Amino acid sequence: MSMTLLEKSAARRTARTGGVTARRRRLMRPGMLAGIGFISPLVVYMVLFYAYPLYENVSMSLHRFTRATYVTGEAPWAGSAIYHEVIASPQFWPTVNHTATFVVVSLAFQYSIGLALAVFFQRHFPLSGVLRGLFLVPWLLPIIVSGTTWQWMMDADSGVINRLIGLVGIDPIWWLNSDHSLWAVIIANIWLGVPFNLVILYSGLQNISPDLYEAAALDGAGPWKQFWSITFPLLKPVSAITLLLGFVYTLKVVDIIWIMTRGTGASQTLATWAYSMAFGKGASAVIKYSEASVVGSLLLLIALCMGFVYLFVQRRQEA
Amino acid sequence: MSARTHDQRAWWKTVIGVVFTAVMLFPLYWMVNVSLTDRSAIRDGELYPRAFTLEHYSTVLHDQLPYLGTSLVIGLATVAITLLIAAPAGYALSKLFVPGRRLLNFLLIVAQMIPAVVMALGFYSVYNDLGMLDTVWGLILADSTIAVPFAVMLFTAFMSGIQRELLEAAHVDGASYWRTFVGIVLPLSRNAAVTVGLFAFIWAWSDFLFASTLNRSGDRRPITMGLYDYIGSQNLQWGELMATAVLASIPTGLLLVIAQRYVAAGLTAGAVKD
Repeated sequence: MSMTLLEKSAARRTARTGGVTARRRRLMRPGMLAGIGFISPLVVYMVLFYAYPLYENVSMSLHRFTRATYVTGEAPWAGSAIYHEVIASPQFWPTVNHTATFVVVSLAFQYSIGLALAVFFQRHFPLSGVLRGLFLVPWLLPIIVSGTTWQWMMDADSGVINRLIGLVGIDPIWWLNSDHSLWAVIIANIWLGVPFNLVILYSGLQNISPDLYEAAALDGAGPWKQFWSITFPLLKPVSAITLLLGFVYTLKVVDIIWIMTRGTGASQTLATWAYSMAFGKGASAVIKYSEASVVGSLLLLIALCMGFVYLFVQRRQEA
Repeated sequence: MSARTHDQRAWWKTVIGVVFTAVMLFPLYWMVNVSLTDRSAIRDGELYPRAFTLEHYSTVLHDQLPYLGTSLVIGLATVAITLLIAAPAGYALSKLFVPGRRLLNFLLIVAQMIPAVVMALGFYSVYNDLGMLDTVWGLILADSTIAVPFAVMLFTAFMSGIQRELLEAAHVDGASYWRTFVGIVLPLSRNAAVTVGLFAFIWAWSDFLFASTLNRSGDRRPITMGLYDYIGSQNLQWGELMATAVLASIPTGLLLVIAQRYVAAGLTAGAVKD
């Protein structure tokens, strides 16, 4: 059965490539063996280091683990009970809200600033390459470094940001206290995400033919008109991918939030909530592995959906 | 004449570009500034290190050297594992017949979208059972999961560009698949390998999440944990903290400057297909 399928696909391949037949068909089967040989380390790796931990995560969300049962490994089966508890907990919906705000506001600013900069850098000017390169630096520094720096800049008493806004007469803001913490981490996260958006959108712009702009200029279209009638529409496919990946990255952010605010107050998102329930409280007894895994599994579900969306977007672009 | 006005406009853009870049990089300047300011003057918030001192660096260098060493080991080992797994897989996916290729490609995309905190929860449970918590090896293996899916996709995209005729000619000459891979495909994929290695190193070096969950109290911990310990300490010393932050940034910053074109290529290859 599988043999005939294989032969069919081999035949299809030879048909597609036309003439060269006999040798290719002979190569087919050893080719597949080699294919399996070369891919198997990856498959083993994915099973051990992706499937297994993810299975453990889901399994933990279905058993009631506490500090005691975590050690003995005899947690009782709980089914969906912990899911119900987590969703019914008073923290759940506010956290979803914070997460949504964090993601949407971050994305909106990252994308529009990134796009504006990409257009700015689209035509070369002296030093443009160097400056564009420098824009990447924040993105590739360890996030814990950026996080601590922002934390200090947002210090209420001696932070440079309060000093700057003081110059224009705004009262100092307690950036990192629980009411404002969401905005503090959003600002830092926008800063972190701009380089990524810039690079991807810039590379998308490089694929737009300069002839189009010249033709538009001859027709008397100014830069603003050119942007809306050429750049923006032609960039749509790249924009879709950028926003999609941005969504995924923003949803899973933990480090920047954790380092700046420990996920306190309004800056608690689903990801930092899961982190704090499992790892946040150090050695105290309130560690909630199962609840953390429930939130983790929800995030996993979203990731899976986004994988499908990504595939869908990519297919449509190729079609 | 018109060339001249064009030149002038271009220089204006340079000026504006420098201003944008300065705003963007201000936090990094501020980090360096604080790290060079004497403790007594840090809260004054001077725009440049007027009370200049290198004291923070000498303190920190002494304390953090072991952490930096561990991070280097973790980074290099992560690069090695990533290349060992991803390069053959890229060859198979781009040039050989692999059953279930589409499923595998899909899984690689999803794998990149899984939140690290979910992976950390799973790894924590697995490592707890296997007694691998607080080990450098455990952390290296976990860190490699950040890079492997990306690396496979990058290698696959890159190796698809290698001419099939070249490989078939080698087969006709009697070279095995292994010989073809080692002798032709790998040398031609040098750029992809550099990009992959670069990212694998930077991500492993920067990792906070796995380190703070899987290696919370080990003997050998990476620099991100060295920095984190400072943050958690009772009397927080911002000067030393920022000096550590600067030290932790130097390797990634250097790599970035040296290999800038690989970085841009890798970033776009991962996300956008031409």
